[in-house]
Amino acid sequence: MKILRRFLIRLANFATRRRADERLRDEIAEHLALQIEENLSAGMAPAEARRQAALKLGAAQAIREHHHDEQSLPLIENLFFDLRYAVRMLVRSPGFSFIAIATMALGIGATTAIYSVIAATLLHPLPYPNPDELVRIQDDLPGVGAQGVGISVPEWRDLESSGIFQSASITGTGANVNLTGSAQPLRLSFKQVTPNYFAVLGVDAQLGRVFDPRDTTPGYNLEVVISDGLWRREFGADPKIIGRALHLDNDEYHVVGVMPRGFRDQGSTSEEQNVELWLGAGFAGVPFPTPLRSSRQRSRVVIARMKPGLSIAAAQGHLDALVESLKKQYPAEYPAKTAWTVRLVPLSETVVGSVRQSLILLFGAVGLVLLISCTNVANLLLARTSGRSREIAVRQAMGAQRTRLVRQLLTESLLLFLLGGVAGFGLLFCAQHFLLRLIPESLPHLNNISISWGVLAFALAVSVAAGTVFGLAPAWLMSRLDLTSTLRQEGRGSSGSVGRSRARHILVISELALSLVLMVVAGLLLRSFWDLFAVQPGFNPDRVMAVQTWLAGPNDPTTDPYQTATQESVLLREILRRSRTIAGVEEAAVGDEASLPLGHRDPGGLPLIREGIETMDNQAPVIDSPIVSPEYFHLLGMPLLRGRLFSDQDIETTPQVAIINQAAARTYWPNQDPLGKRVRLNFNTRGLVSSAEPVWTTIIGVIADARTESLGDAAVPQIYRSVYQRPAKDLAIFLRGQLDPSAISAQVREQIRSIDATLPVFHAETLEAVLSTSLSIRRFSMEMVAFFAATALLLAGLGIYGTISYVVNEQRREIAIRLALGAQRGTILKMVLRRGLGLAAAGAGLGVGGALIVSHLMAGLLYGVSPNDLPTFAGVTVALTGVALAASYIPALRAMRLDPITTLHSE
Amino acid sequence: MKEKPDVLQGTLALMVLKTLDLLGPQHGYGIARRIEQISGDLLDVNQGTLYPLLLKLEHEGAIASEWGASENNRRARFYRLTKAGRKQLESETRDWEQTAAIIAGFLNVKAEDLI
Repeated sequence: MKILRRFLIRLANFATRRRADERLRDEIAEHLALQIEENLSAGMAPAEARRQAALKLGAAQAIREHHHDEQSLPLIENLFFDLRYAVRMLVRSPGFSFIAIATMALGIGATTAIYSVIAATLLHPLPYPNPDELVRIQDDLPGVGAQGVGISVPEWRDLESSGIFQSASITGTGANVNLTGSAQPLRLSFKQVTPNYFAVLGVDAQLGRVFDPRDTTPGYNLEVVISDGLWRREFGADPKIIGRALHLDNDEYHVVGVMPRGFRDQGSTSEEQNVELWLGAGFAGVPFPTPLRSSRQRSRVVIARMKPGLSIAAAQGHLDALVESLKKQYPAEYPAKTAWTVRLVPLSETVVGSVRQSLILLFGAVGLVLLISCTNVANLLLARTSGRSREIAVRQAMGAQRTRLVRQLLTESLLLFLLGGVAGFGLLFCAQHFLLRLIPESLPHLNNISISWGVLAFALAVSVAAGTVFGLAPAWLMSRLDLTSTLRQEGRGSSGSVGRSRARHILVISELALSLVLMVVAGLLLRSFWDLFAVQPGFNPDRVMAVQTWLAGPNDPTTDPYQTATQESVLLREILRRSRTIAGVEEAAVGDEASLPLGHRDPGGLPLIREGIETMDNQAPVIDSPIVSPEYFHLLGMPLLRGRLFSDQDIETTPQVAIINQAAARTYWPNQDPLGKRVRLNFNTRGLVSSAEPVWTTIIGVIADARTESLGDAAVPQIYRSVYQRPAKDLAIFLRGQLDPSAISAQVREQIRSIDATLPVFHAETLEAVLSTSLSIRRFSMEMVAFFAATALLLAGLGIYGTISYVVNEQRREIAIRLALGAQRGTILKMVLRRGLGLAAAGAGLGVGGALIVSHLMAGLLYGVSPNDLPTFAGVTVALTGVALAASYIPALRAMRLDPITTLHSE
Repeated sequence: MKEKPDVLQGTLALMVLKTLDLLGPQHGYGIARRIEQISGDLLDVNQGTLYPLLLKLEHEGAIASEWGASENNRRARFYRLTKAGRKQLESETRDWEQTAAIIAGFLNVKAEDLI
């Protein structure tokens, strides 16, 4: 307490120091005057009176100094002095200060920008309480190569009662639902969840309530929770929304709650996170199929909150034991061949998904840029302090302590770095809206990215850390000056200490090496991207647009006007007929969402039971199965290789037929003719009650492979079925021709409305746009890394320029003497260039080593290019050497043109 | 010549407080003179050290000060005891008396008392 009080007083004194000192001086003077007066009146001679008074008082100056030391904080005071001095130094050389601050602003600003993205995605992916307890439960059948096959309702009940979890919830992946009854039918994204879903996430409603976790309604409980966004947008933030009826896919639901503003659902895509409706369901009664142990739904995800204090590993241990006992209990359901396993995955991991690697790469790249900027500034600092060596030597000769000098130099560099950091942050803050637009929309948690206090703290921490690390070395080197030799040089340009020039060379070499690493990374990414971009997708996206619609799927199938394929085909044929009448349309086709190339969510495959091979669906491999109309293949230019395509005569009442791609033929019927083979695809796609036992489907054709899943995958097995035989609810209408992308939505909507006014029309996109969106994250990381690499190259060029200029300046006497003695100017030029080349060679050598390591680490991000790609490495090395030579050329020219007479005179 | 004992910081503070308590507001020179007087020139106060002490006491809140005119119309700073200062004086007096009593008792002990 007393110490604190003293400290506060001292701190206060720091502010009032001058006043206290003045007062002390005044009072002492007063005292002396009074004493002298008294001495005089006692009869002393004036001189003696003054002398005696002074003697009696004691050493006034010493008293004041002593008082000052006792009452102040020398450390802070020195810091204050140093700061003032540092500011003066900065102002005195504005060019240097500007370059250093701008360099640091670039480095720290870029790092902070990437950090803000990472903070929102990798560091805080789950905006829920105790996120560490949240897991996703995934079950695999490694025996048949199937992953994430989904969990059946009885299995979920086993998990709930296992004692491992506080609660576990089944959720459907997001899907669409039609909200009718408003001015225009709306398509909203919804998620069906078990009523304990929000209890698992640990989030409550802002208005009303969430579902009752104890609700055990087997089917839909007809309650709906809506998002804050929907509430504000569609219902004008109506406070009386609770209890209101909503018509969703023609069924009536009641709103029970509104989620808080800012609540985002879990999921790896922004679409999933922007779910607007949650429907409570038990997944076990109409309209869901009978909850058999074997009826798994791929589209269902189980997330759970573990018991507090349980680690993932421990929970996994308990779970493995549970799985083993279930396998013993139900041997028929879990054949040994499939090797059923259940895995716990931290929810945070599944939410971030595939961008983790790209983001880490970006952070690494930006970290290199930061390192290079720091190195550059350290180099500048070294160069500048060299110019101040006389000043420092004088101060040392006057008795300045070495620690004191280091502290002062460090203060200067810290100030520079901090100003750079603040400037970088300021730039970022001002440019954030512009920068956010550069980020692809497919990045998860895009909406959570913000330039917040945490980000500012990060920027400041980075500045201080960098300033300390990179300021300490120059400061330390400077404080080791050899006093006598520096002072004896009498203002001649110092020839510099060996230590300092070695430090500068090391800095430049590392800068070059780091830039080479970045450039190689950028080069490899560029080549991957280019290869992907130039790849033949196997379908022709040219002049094709897709527009989506959604047929309602009411809970009671008998009320569905499009219940059977025959009923739906009437609608579809009419949609197609009318679509062809739209101006510019040459061809039209329909398909389900899975048939949308590249743009679709993972639809979840179906178990493929081949006649005579598999007997049970839980042993079967899983295959993607888009549903399309006969015109689809021609419209997308996917050539038929064997057999025939669907025809308009393949309808509900004729035998079921299917078309596979080459990859499916290769995978499932190797060395056989797949034509005429029969398969069964077990589930209805949406998990609604299937009317009858699945029937045998005959394969009638084989089409060429197309990259419809991802441009990076040459071929994923596909089995296509005709929409006239298998009705689909999630429809995409494909149109080819001279279309006006901005008008097409309205045109299609007008046509569809005249057929059925309850159908929504949404998501009109050109396939070219879909194609380019599918590469957006790759493009983003490539562009960013390329930008960073260019920055790095620029900085490295500046660095080598600075160093060579410095070397030339140091040696100008030597060069002048050589010239005076008759050296050829060309020789001087070569001599200097050789210095630059030496540095570049050393940097490139180190850099190639580093780049090889990094390129192998990032092999997963490369496509079609080897991590050792010779042309990239060679090209980058040549480019870097070229820049290094160009940067050394200017000082080399200066050295060559040196006038020996003036130079020697001036020395 | 025999060295006069140096006045310890703590005792000097006590003297200052006591002086102000006895005589009311005083300027620095007055305080110095009184201490000199009372101690009968036995204690040689290095008078300059008085002023930092006065500043310190003022910071600690024991005394307060303001400018005023001295008896012969010079500008001088007058110090007076505050409430906190009076309390400090009381407690320090008690402490000092206690210490003095202990030391006195200790010095008066004779060998036979300790058997």
